[in-house]
Amino acid sequence: MKEEWRTFVEGPWTTEINVRDFIQKNYKPYEGDESFLEGTTPKTEHIWNKCSDLLKEELKKHVLDIDVDHMSGINAFAPGYIDDQDDVIVGLQTDAPLKRIVNPYGGIRMVYQELDAYGYHLNPEVDKYFNEFRKTHNQGVFDAYTEQIRKARHVGLLTGLPDAYGRGRIIGDYRRIALYGIDYLMEQKKKDWDQLLGPMTNDLIQLREEVSMQYRALDEIKQMAKSYGFDISRPATNGKEAVQWTYFGYLASVKENNGAAMSLGRVDDFFDIYFERDLQEGTITEKEIQEIIDQFVIKLRLVRHLRTPEYDELFSGDPTWVTCSVGGVGEDGRSMVTKTSYRIVHTLTNLDTSPEPNMTILWSLSLPDNFKKYCAKMSIETDAIQYENDDVMRPIYGDDYAIACCVSAMREGKDMQFFGARCNLAKTLLYSINGGVDEVKGDLVIPSFEKMTDTVLDYDKVKASYWKMIEKVAAIYSDAMNIIHYMHDKYAYEAGQMALHDTNVNRLMAYGVAGLSVACDSLSAIKYAKVKPIRNEEGITVDFEVEGDFPKYGNDDDRVDMIAKEILEKMYQELSKHACYRNAHPTLSVLTITSNVVYGNKTGATPDGRKAGVPFAPGANPMHGRDASGAIASLNSVAKLDYANCCRDGISNTFSIVPTSLGHSKSEQIENLVGLLDGYFAQMAHHLNVNVLQREMLIDAMEHPDKYPLLTIRVSGYAVRFNRLTRKQQEEVIARTFHEKM
Amino acid sequence: MKGAVDSIETFGLVDGPGIRTVVFLSGCALRCQYCHNPEMWVKGKENYTSDELVAKILRNKPYYQRNHGGVTFSGGEPLLQIDFLLDVCQKLKKENIHIALDTAGHGVGRYDEILSLVDLVLFDIKHPDPQNYKDLTNATIDESEKFIKAMNQSGKPVWIRQVIVPGIMDNETYLDQLVTYLQKIENIEKVEFLPFHHLGFEKYEKLGIKNPLQNVEEMNVDECQELYTLFVEKYNKVASKPLKES
Repeated sequence: MKEEWRTFVEGPWTTEINVRDFIQKNYKPYEGDESFLEGTTPKTEHIWNKCSDLLKEELKKHVLDIDVDHMSGINAFAPGYIDDQDDVIVGLQTDAPLKRIVNPYGGIRMVYQELDAYGYHLNPEVDKYFNEFRKTHNQGVFDAYTEQIRKARHVGLLTGLPDAYGRGRIIGDYRRIALYGIDYLMEQKKKDWDQLLGPMTNDLIQLREEVSMQYRALDEIKQMAKSYGFDISRPATNGKEAVQWTYFGYLASVKENNGAAMSLGRVDDFFDIYFERDLQEGTITEKEIQEIIDQFVIKLRLVRHLRTPEYDELFSGDPTWVTCSVGGVGEDGRSMVTKTSYRIVHTLTNLDTSPEPNMTILWSLSLPDNFKKYCAKMSIETDAIQYENDDVMRPIYGDDYAIACCVSAMREGKDMQFFGARCNLAKTLLYSINGGVDEVKGDLVIPSFEKMTDTVLDYDKVKASYWKMIEKVAAIYSDAMNIIHYMHDKYAYEAGQMALHDTNVNRLMAYGVAGLSVACDSLSAIKYAKVKPIRNEEGITVDFEVEGDFPKYGNDDDRVDMIAKEILEKMYQELSKHACYRNAHPTLSVLTITSNVVYGNKTGATPDGRKAGVPFAPGANPMHGRDASGAIASLNSVAKLDYANCCRDGISNTFSIVPTSLGHSKSEQIENLVGLLDGYFAQMAHHLNVNVLQREMLIDAMEHPDKYPLLTIRVSGYAVRFNRLTRKQQEEVIARTFHEKM
Repeated sequence: MKGAVDSIETFGLVDGPGIRTVVFLSGCALRCQYCHNPEMWVKGKENYTSDELVAKILRNKPYYQRNHGGVTFSGGEPLLQIDFLLDVCQKLKKENIHIALDTAGHGVGRYDEILSLVDLVLFDIKHPDPQNYKDLTNATIDESEKFIKAMNQSGKPVWIRQVIVPGIMDNETYLDQLVTYLQKIENIEKVEFLPFHHLGFEKYEKLGIKNPLQNVEEMNVDECQELYTLFVEKYNKVASKPLKES
């Protein structure tokens, strides 16, 4: 055994890359409560105060600074510090905190728009490379896009496609660096490369090229760490090094890439093993451990990417989705909650509430009760936590998966995904009524459908047409995804992140949908009420008259909830018919992030009575205010959507409740929130964002942002500072259902 | 068998322990001046079969696991629909559902039968004094005293609920009266003071019923808590089972 592995229990992990085995053999579950936790140290206070000032300045200017002299790259920037004395964990994306990177690999035009928006200009020496010599991902995609894909994109049938920036949602297994050291990982990649032989097909050539790039990227990570004075060629020897080594891996990924979601993975048990050993060896105190975790989390909170104002409209509030998965249960039934699970969540107390890192609790009915209560308490206090059901994910992904972005599970280092944004289910429904013509722009997008001329819409007829329309849209969507990810691999390959995956990685094609509640309520209205289309001169339906009541999704009413389920199943079934690039396995998510506002804006009036331009509900949420039968009925409707067989990329639900409705006292509120989460997840529901707050406070915060500088809320799969949302998005959040009781 | 259900709250957190489905059965013989559900005085249409209601309650079973959550029958006065209530409770008992009964004890008999099925009684004290009881509710105290006897015999735990109306209950004399009266009731686990509020006022206007307390202020929550502390002190001096202060 290597010296760094002293006292660790051996297993297959000592002779192959197998972090999961290392964790399972060595971690120590913790069943106690939070009373052992420590506050901040003077060093952390100093660092965090400095950052808080910078963050305030950034909020005013929107972007603090941009490095226009370098391009993104693992080792492209000089070392940077918040404070070279008090930084306990070191490393910044560029040479100064909050200074953003120019990443032209996804698309150079995007870079110009970004710089323009903030009054910066690219250094001409740098500028010429991507104009004169090198092509970008974006150019590649548009060279291959079909006319039909362009149309679907233009009208907002498909939105948020990663065709002009990094796709993200890839989680490198950053822990590998700490456990094995870079040199061992390089050796293994070299071995893999040597074995990639046989007839040189496209696939094999591509993989050989990629493994070479991965090998070089590992060396770059090593050099980058060296510039900070660390030798990560060898494994980490204690807890502090384990965190630092792991962070270097993550840092490399956010220097190299600007994907929408750049998630961290699952580090709580891994770090805990090292800290437990340090405690045993008497080389560290609890206070020092918390200092390391606090400072690590501060670093994660400073991650930034350069975005255009249009991007901000889609994903508001400058999110980076440094999703940090915590807790869960092992395949052997032991809880995976450790003291470090607590320490990570505790940063929300030590450093105030914050949207990043995106705290994600892997909830299981069998988590220790103390931890459940602690999380509920922190939810009530901070509104910064999301919950995902380990009991539905573990049977599929095992016990070493992590969440990327909001709800996307992947086995660490074994799975990667091709992020696919989403297609608009409500617009698709309108197309099936309007003969494939866009109801807003008037363009014919999907040919060979007849415009309906009925005075009152007929359910069977509309449904048959909708089903056919879904087939067409799924085909276009699939084509778009295949092109995008082919080009992304070609022009913006994430060598650093993929180096921290197995060479033969499993790929997932992550499709998504938006507007589910609008689509199912619309079909329900057509079925149970009388829906009369109002058409313009061209025969396009521009509004609907709805007579009578109809069941609405969000009230635990099978008549409509089963329609929602059926739509998803149809969509997934159609998407699954198409071959995916690199044999990826198709998955589906019901998640909008904040794009539900933009989607709604681009979609005409719908048969459920929603007017043109009105935002959709986020993710799988019932439409605002329509879930009128109480919190549990609302949750029960969402819980019916099928994760395991249909939506394996996640089903997002955002839930807001008024504190007093959860109980009189804090302890009652905690108990009841735990009971609520247990009840929801016992039904195999997948995800829940929890906000415990008053609507009045949000209205006040909208009018007086300065009074609430830290106000953090969960929107859809991520948390955001309320004052960084656009006005329209703030209004949408306020319009959501707040469950309360008289 | 069918019953008249006014409404169902699926996420009840303040009517008994844990997370509860609260079923409001319409119909009540009392006309309490501070009633905040006057729309339930008159029994409505019989709109649920007992099987339908049971299915609705069982649907939320996953949420009941923690802290003895379950169902609470409230109203109105649930005891008035006794046949329906018995039928539903018998079915729920087979499914091991925790049943709480939120009542003023002003029913039509068969108290032993229903109490044998119930796990907890939330017993609403109107006023300890017979004349004041009459003034406040427009009914006599006798029926509720019959129910108290049955309750004592059943041995089922009781949570006392007392609405605190300013000018009537917010004084020491009343607290003393209450302490004495509560000695009649065995198995008291908890006493809750519910501050009088105006949330039900709109309903009076909508229904066109004169609201006898429309000029009475809401009960201040902090003062109500102070009264409660004082009450607990007095109660614990005489009671066999002391209350915890909360």
